[in-house]
Amino acid sequence: MQQASVTADVEQPWAALGLKPDEYQRIREILGRRPTSCELAMYSVMWSEHCSYKSSKVHLRQFGEKTTDAMREKLMVGIGENAGVVDIGGGWAVTFKVESHNHPSYVEPYQGAATGVGGIVRDIMSMGARPIAILDPLRFGAIDHPDTRRVLPGIVAGVGGYGNCLGLPNIGGEVVFDPCYQGNPLVNALCVGSMRHEDIHLANATGAGNLVVLFGAKTGGDGIGGVSVLASETFESTGPSKRPAVQVGDPFAEKVLIECCLELFAAKVVEGIQDLGGAGLSCATSELASNGDGGMHVWLDRVPLRDITLSPEEILMSESQERMMAVVRPDQLDAFMAITDRWAVEATVVGEVTTTGRLVVEWRGETVVDVPPRTVAHDGPVYDRPMQRPATLDALQADAPTSDRLARPTTGEQLRATLLQLAGSPNLSSRAWVTDQYDRYVMGNTALSMPDDAGVVRVDETTGRGVAISTDCNSRFAALDPYAGAQLALAEAYRNVATAGATPLAVTDCLNFGSPEDPGVMWQFAQAVTGIADGCLQLGVPVTGGNVSLYNQTGTTAIYPTPVVGVLGVMDDVTRRTPSGWREAGQVVYLVGTTRDELGGSSWADVVHGHLGGLPPRVDLEAERVLAEILVACSRDGMVDAAHDLSDGGLATALAESCLRYGVGVRVWLDELCERDGIDPFLALFSESTARVIVGVPRSEEVRFTDVCTARGVAHLRIGVVDEAAEPTLDVQGLFTLPLAELRATHEATLPAAFA
Amino acid sequence: MRIGVVTFPGSLDDRDAARAVRLAGAEAVGLWHGDADLHGVDAVVLPGGFSYGDYLRCGAIARFAPVMGPLVDAANGGLPVLGVCNGFQVLCESHLLPGALVRNDHRKFVCRDQPLSIERTDTPWTSAYVPGERVVVPLKNGEGGFVADERTLDELEGEGRVVARYVGENPNGSYRAIAGISNAAGNVVGLMPHPEHAIEPLFGPDPRSGTGGLDGLRFFTSVVEGLVSA
Repeated sequence: MQQASVTADVEQPWAALGLKPDEYQRIREILGRRPTSCELAMYSVMWSEHCSYKSSKVHLRQFGEKTTDAMREKLMVGIGENAGVVDIGGGWAVTFKVESHNHPSYVEPYQGAATGVGGIVRDIMSMGARPIAILDPLRFGAIDHPDTRRVLPGIVAGVGGYGNCLGLPNIGGEVVFDPCYQGNPLVNALCVGSMRHEDIHLANATGAGNLVVLFGAKTGGDGIGGVSVLASETFESTGPSKRPAVQVGDPFAEKVLIECCLELFAAKVVEGIQDLGGAGLSCATSELASNGDGGMHVWLDRVPLRDITLSPEEILMSESQERMMAVVRPDQLDAFMAITDRWAVEATVVGEVTTTGRLVVEWRGETVVDVPPRTVAHDGPVYDRPMQRPATLDALQADAPTSDRLARPTTGEQLRATLLQLAGSPNLSSRAWVTDQYDRYVMGNTALSMPDDAGVVRVDETTGRGVAISTDCNSRFAALDPYAGAQLALAEAYRNVATAGATPLAVTDCLNFGSPEDPGVMWQFAQAVTGIADGCLQLGVPVTGGNVSLYNQTGTTAIYPTPVVGVLGVMDDVTRRTPSGWREAGQVVYLVGTTRDELGGSSWADVVHGHLGGLPPRVDLEAERVLAEILVACSRDGMVDAAHDLSDGGLATALAESCLRYGVGVRVWLDELCERDGIDPFLALFSESTARVIVGVPRSEEVRFTDVCTARGVAHLRIGVVDEAAEPTLDVQGLFTLPLAELRATHEATLPAAFA
Repeated sequence: MRIGVVTFPGSLDDRDAARAVRLAGAEAVGLWHGDADLHGVDAVVLPGGFSYGDYLRCGAIARFAPVMGPLVDAANGGLPVLGVCNGFQVLCESHLLPGALVRNDHRKFVCRDQPLSIERTDTPWTSAYVPGERVVVPLKNGEGGFVADERTLDELEGEGRVVARYVGENPNGSYRAIAGISNAAGNVVGLMPHPEHAIEPLFGPDPRSGTGGLDGLRFFTSVVEGLVSA
């Protein structure tokens, strides 16, 4: 540090570290001198887009501003901590969050995806919870593009390899193909954890004299600068390989760390805790100090190293996985160490909480960092970047898929062929080739998983209380209208959770967008955030946390706006959950909701015509709220045995999936529906109007079910009957009959043919 | 009735195995890998998971855990021992069972509801099944291919030591579709599928399969009933 004052004018590599000229200047102003190289490393990584949310902050504020006191009622910890915490009743709380690991997974698919899972799991652990399930929303380029063949098998194996070894059931997610993700696949991972109310832990360092303990894996050279170098930069098609910046995961070390942490929490020897993820020690020390009493002294040479040649800058920036940092009272250190010893987890006191208001880092007797921690962790730059509605949007929205522009099937034979074409299309075909690589059974609490509408896990074994989670986003809708598209993602996830029988309670989001320096992208981002915030306000469910991933583009082409929304719901008893398929012959099938001519951004337009244009389906959140009420009541009172939401591919796809779930057929008639809604069989089958589900109702419950719908003024119509036959079929009367064997063969062939 | 469930670092299905033991009517006793003491239990389950990360060879490090010393002695003395998945691998590495488990022939992890036929029912773990009974139990493994030399395989078949066999498509390339085997005495059983995941309605396989998705429970009730009547 002395050196820094003496050589005040020495050239520093701030630009190479991703800092802008004014940002570097601000660091100099904060410190009243030039930063040391360690400080520069720390600021550069903490002020990167990924860590500081500098471009998104001004918009994300809406999530807090649009949360009412009533919405906060169940919210125990809100945005800003490692993950939000929600009260699910009975003294139980759950914490959940979705995060992205997009860029590392493009560079090194297996490790990128694996450490994406590892990172979000540590976020959940650091709240004091036991992680209980994961979901993985994944997006890839075109299924037949060579690079998709390169990244998909590795990413799927990475998600599975890490999650399976951690012993966490994978209960849902998405696999989406679209050319817009060609050079930039999206790997999002959601983790949910449960705990008793009193076990909530927070990331703060309080109590002068308390010790700062680093435990878990040793620190190595992996992932150095991963955050600033990878997450904040756009991929160019040429340039040097960035592999060294990707972290390498060790799921076994993390599994041991989970059990070790839970034992530490149970023994009440942890005052504050923080996981080490992006920005490693720089982030953990500055955030803990900034959230606590404001001061911390760290002896950096005490950090156990895997590679002794690492410089102090590298140690501060290393993103080695499977590490945690705890604040421990000196009188509890022995108890703490006894537990880490029992799990053979290395733990080292590397620092001490102080009241100096400074984060001081010492290395070999020299002070290498002396900064106000808040300026590193929280008071980074904030940009209100220029926004501009893209000029191309008007033409895109005007290009509606009307019947005179895109030929529509009319005969029974054509409709049958269209249904099969969709059922075997990359985005609507069976995901089993992927999901069969994930352990969905471990922990013994999984009540629903893929391919059902939501994943459902039991939290309390005594009462059966549990949670349902779904993640969704149709980025084609978001491309047509980012505000509506974001709300449609929210509506779909909300509907899916209710379809499984759970009451939606809280929201997490992973906002994947292009470069914030592009005013068009920034406008999309702002629209999507506003859409989600307004939608959550209307539905009465708060956003509890999430993640922003920007610079998702190759060259100047941004991905479609992809605001992935995860909704969490609660059920008093998960054995009441509603699966997506029917099983009992003779049960009647009802369509709930109204069908309109809504094909903008639809699967039909995409698969059959390769067309994207027009407006997405109309958003009606009030209808979604009432529909959810009906579905939850039906589940609770045993009025439905099966329920499946209508989304991508409309009624045709929903019927096909509900038949295939248990291999039981259905006989359907569309005449009354067409007459009531003023539509033709094609629209009845393929329109993607929202706020709709199909349900399987036992005959004995039919009157009660229709009464519930009528009382709430919701359109409902009997459209079919479950039909068990030796050779089951999906039979649309007067139009076509499709044997399930043929449907299944088409549905299940696509992914194995592309990747096996 | 006390049944031990061993936890190694990296064990995953230990809590599930303990739940199965409880639902079968016995007391589940946690046994720690580092504690060379079986604490007087009447039977032991080695659960699934990735002990020590399975980084060397599945089960290869776990077999040297302190708890394995008394366990091997007791197993040789007739103590009922069930190894599930990683537990099966540990039993092979400990030479309580012959053969080995190698990476699935298709090189991918597989998780599915697996039809099995129960072929040996005079072991303490399978006495509640009918010979040849078809059951459905979840299977989930990356290295579940059972291999042994021809002589050993013939010996296993000849002595009736194949406890369970895969029905239909072979999920992992196991020789002769073997899903589980026993030692000569029958008290030590290794099984690649996970019976502890088919013990509660709605938390296991399709409830329309076998006995309402509960086909795994009888592995545990078998041993409990056998010990009670002994």
